[in-house]
Amino acid sequence: MKTTTFQGFKRPDGSAGIRNHVVVIPTVACANGVAGMIARAVPGVVPLLHGHGCGRALEIEMHTRTLIGLGNNPNVAAVLVVGLGCETVKAEAVLAGIAPGGKPVEHLVIQEEGGSRKAAARGIEIVQRMLEEVNRLRPEACPLEGLTLGLECGGSDAFSGVTANPAVGLVSDWLIDQGGTAILTETTEMIGTSHILERRATTEEVASRVRTIIQAAEKRTHDILGPLASFVIAPGNMDGGMSSIREKALGCICKAGSRPITEVIDYGQRPAHKGLVIMDGPGYDIESLAGLGAAGAQLMIFTTGRGNPTGFPLAPVIKVASTSALYERMEDDMDINAGAVLEGQGLEAVSAEIIALALEVLEGRRTKAELNNQDGILCLYALTPAF
Amino acid sequence: MRNVIIINERDNVGVALESIPLGGAVILPSGEAFPAQDEIPYSHKVALCDIPKGAVVRKYGEVIGAATSEVRRGGWIHTHNLDVEHAGEQA
Repeated sequence: MKTTTFQGFKRPDGSAGIRNHVVVIPTVACANGVAGMIARAVPGVVPLLHGHGCGRALEIEMHTRTLIGLGNNPNVAAVLVVGLGCETVKAEAVLAGIAPGGKPVEHLVIQEEGGSRKAAARGIEIVQRMLEEVNRLRPEACPLEGLTLGLECGGSDAFSGVTANPAVGLVSDWLIDQGGTAILTETTEMIGTSHILERRATTEEVASRVRTIIQAAEKRTHDILGPLASFVIAPGNMDGGMSSIREKALGCICKAGSRPITEVIDYGQRPAHKGLVIMDGPGYDIESLAGLGAAGAQLMIFTTGRGNPTGFPLAPVIKVASTSALYERMEDDMDINAGAVLEGQGLEAVSAEIIALALEVLEGRRTKAELNNQDGILCLYALTPAF
Repeated sequence: MRNVIIINERDNVGVALESIPLGGAVILPSGEAFPAQDEIPYSHKVALCDIPKGAVVRKYGEVIGAATSEVRRGGWIHTHNLDVEHAGEQA
């Protein structure tokens, strides 16, 4: 299966989108109302509603970086940043981080516009103009090496690490062999596997960062849970036969296949290298997807055993079920049945099925999560409390 | 028909694809069969060979712990007989 290009939307920074969204980014939860009004008035516009942007002094940098990263995601054609005015994550800072990429980006500040209605009216005018402009863009042949795949697992069961994750690992290997990038995240779900991942690092520096982020995640877990830390896996996992966090982690990291690890990035940071990248981030799926989107992933593959239906506002999410029972029970939400492996099908056959679907999704086929409008709100990661 | 899947050829445990009663047949993908020494719950680990006390248990080709008591072929392996804290990482 040799495909080197797909039909994508070329962006001024050289990246390629597989979707062509106009987005409204509120810099703070207080601007969600206006962002929502704008998006409801103009069908096709995607509001990235979220709950942060103020009150968390220690997260200003990470949250600003993440919102900028989402604006810079190749699937985004144009951005309207909506600020309130008195928040800590400034609209001007988010604008300044997106503008250098060259895509259309504007901002407005509710307190300066004279309130919600005036701000929404001006925002509607702006996004209508943007929409007319981006709807003129036509897909062109783009190399697969420009594709970044976000890897995620959620609502795992005992077979996630036996069927779905190893099949996705082969997809990750395939994309990397085509010159592309795959991002593994969920640092808490790597605890106990540092020595295995370090062996795959391309340099001692990368190995050292792998060790550092996993140790930090483990320390946080120990600080909070004490002697129970090695069992910090959902009770359902233990009922399902997982005896430790390491055993669960071994199943989790299978999603990242077998290729060398070229870089470790912070949450929401854009990788500088291609190949297999590790993003430091939480195990909570929805926060994890936001970080992957901000890191530039145009496509996500999300394995699940219990049946997680969530998608992501900016990027198609392919859902891979770990068992046939789940696939049959939630067929409306599941794109691929990796449970076929338990009935004797090879992992290679399942991965080929995922690749075939992914190639169609790159060119516009909608995933189940897209068809179900499972885009929800954005959840941003936070390590520190609000004050 | 097999009722156990083996993830990696280096593993000394398999994963049960159905619950297997005490004395029921554990059937490997190769067709080889032996009796379960315990009840093996669905999706739990079953020993593929005799594992002496203190020996490492491998799944995914990696060490996941050490047996805290002897486990016979066909025995159930979980938190009750697996030391997940003190198994050598490089072993």
